Amino acid sequence: MDLTKLNPLSETCWTIPRSSGEKRAEVKLFADRQLLSDMDEKVREQILNVAQLPGLVGAAMTMPDAHWGYGFPIGGVAAFDPDKGGIISAGGVGFDISCGIRCLRTNLNLGELAPKAAQLADELFRAIPAGVGEEGEIKLGPAQIDEVMLHGANWALARGYGEAEDLQFIEENGCVRGADPRQVSDLAKKRQRGEMGTLGSGNHYLEVQVVERIFDNKAAQAFGLQEGQVVVSIHCGSRGLGHQIGTDYLVSLAKAASRLGVHLPDRELACAPINSDEGQQYLGAMNAAINCALANRQILTHLTREVFAEVLPHSRLETLFDVSHNTCKQETHEVEGRKRHLYVHRKGATRAFPPGHGALPERYRTAGQPVIIGGSMGTGSYVLAGMHDNPAFASASHGAGRSMSRHAALKRWHGRELIAELAGRDILIRTQSMRGAAEEAPGAYKDVDRVAEATEMAGLAKRVAFLRPKVCIKG
Amino acid sequence: MNKMQEQFAYFEHVSDIGVIGRGQKLTDAFVAAAAAMFAIMAAPESLNETLAVEIRFTESDKELALVTWLNRLLAEARVHGAVFRRFELEQEGDSYVGKAYGCTWNDSIPRGTEVKGATLTALSVKQDETGWEARCVVDV
Repeated sequence: MDLTKLNPLSETCWTIPRSSGEKRAEVKLFADRQLLSDMDEKVREQILNVAQLPGLVGAAMTMPDAHWGYGFPIGGVAAFDPDKGGIISAGGVGFDISCGIRCLRTNLNLGELAPKAAQLADELFRAIPAGVGEEGEIKLGPAQIDEVMLHGANWALARGYGEAEDLQFIEENGCVRGADPRQVSDLAKKRQRGEMGTLGSGNHYLEVQVVERIFDNKAAQAFGLQEGQVVVSIHCGSRGLGHQIGTDYLVSLAKAASRLGVHLPDRELACAPINSDEGQQYLGAMNAAINCALANRQILTHLTREVFAEVLPHSRLETLFDVSHNTCKQETHEVEGRKRHLYVHRKGATRAFPPGHGALPERYRTAGQPVIIGGSMGTGSYVLAGMHDNPAFASASHGAGRSMSRHAALKRWHGRELIAELAGRDILIRTQSMRGAAEEAPGAYKDVDRVAEATEMAGLAKRVAFLRPKVCIKG
Repeated sequence: MNKMQEQFAYFEHVSDIGVIGRGQKLTDAFVAAAAAMFAIMAAPESLNETLAVEIRFTESDKELALVTWLNRLLAEARVHGAVFRRFELEQEGDSYVGKAYGCTWNDSIPRGTEVKGATLTALSVKQDETGWEARCVVDV
């Protein structure tokens, strides 16, 4: 990104000055100079488009891991007031609705994992359906999928997937309100028939990781983390159901926008006023997909526990937290001293509630919400904690963020060689797709350390722990 | 490289993949774009043709017609647990009738990367003196 087109507000917050007569809201880009200069110019274009949408409250913002997306940039955050003509955008949520990360802490340490790592990798790869075309054991009809959409992780729990304690460590306790299965097409339900309990493909993964470094002892203690401890992270979303809801509404809202008097600077922003019938329909469908994603990660948690119980019989896996990073959620935020009910879009951004927030489970009330920055399979991930006075409607980064296209990565790396190289570094990869492995090469991602540091410096979330991958199941 | 593969190409997008289809007719370009998209998921030469699925839709906007065509194919593939390798498409006014040929997934098919949906990003359907070109970014 051309930094001459930006003005620094601080070391990690930049803005784009308005030209004379330009009518749009403020833009804030949270990142350090290096991350910004490496960032795609398209991020600037896309967030400027977001800043022109009606009913935007405050600034249109990007997180330190931002990159070119569709509609919103990945790493885009924008809050809208329904009473001021604010919109809800299918392009601001994406196809993989409620894609997110479930992090599980274990009672194991690296010494216990190491001799069993290869067996664990093989068994996880056998038990977790991953990759394009793979289906799970669970087959559901439309009426059962309606139940999933209404009850989220509770649906899975009621069928024996997981433990009751899991729910308090999932956003919205595992079930978001406002899901309306009537707004979900039959095609979307058909697409989900065999997809519950599947990981998917692309950047989705299940990783067994080791806590390599603690940054904040007090928060780490609250999160139940210590150096050398084994944790598991599951990154996936709402699968075919969410993809089809995204598909259905991306086109229908793109058409509806002009009819509803919403000027779209680019129709990929596909949106409708929140208070319109079309906006409410999308909201009901999107919430249904969020619940589907929460149920999916609950099932995957159960499958993971089953494998651990088989390979490491004394193991115990507890949900540390489950965060979604492709959502639009109704939240209350204080803006200029006044509490306002807003719809906060986070497209490739994680919610990061501060210490004391009422939505947090008691255990994390003092530390703040766990925030997970998923890294590449060769570098590492971070657990962070929400901070007071977050300047982005309680949002933070969600991943390392790509820095290189998949096409370019395919030219540069070969799947088998990459997997062998990572094995040489004690990182075991199991995948259905050599192409997918090459596309997801660690070198195709930004420096996750820099992203996490910039996230903390910008006051978005503070670092708690660094996790090093040991086993990675890729789709 | 077969004739169909000569007619499709890819363009750069940092997180996802841009697909391009070209052809003498608009529908040829759409067919080539579909071939480009499915080749991300599985190499066409690794697939048999044991399944055929018909797709019908109506769309007056050519660009949205491309997105609708690609997304309908993705949905039908998923519903049938299938992957497609060959496509046909006819247009009459705003109405389109297409067919996709392929097979259900099995262990002999090397897996590529799942495409979640065709987006409106970098979406364009254009005609010049050499024919039609259809392109958009697909989310993977």
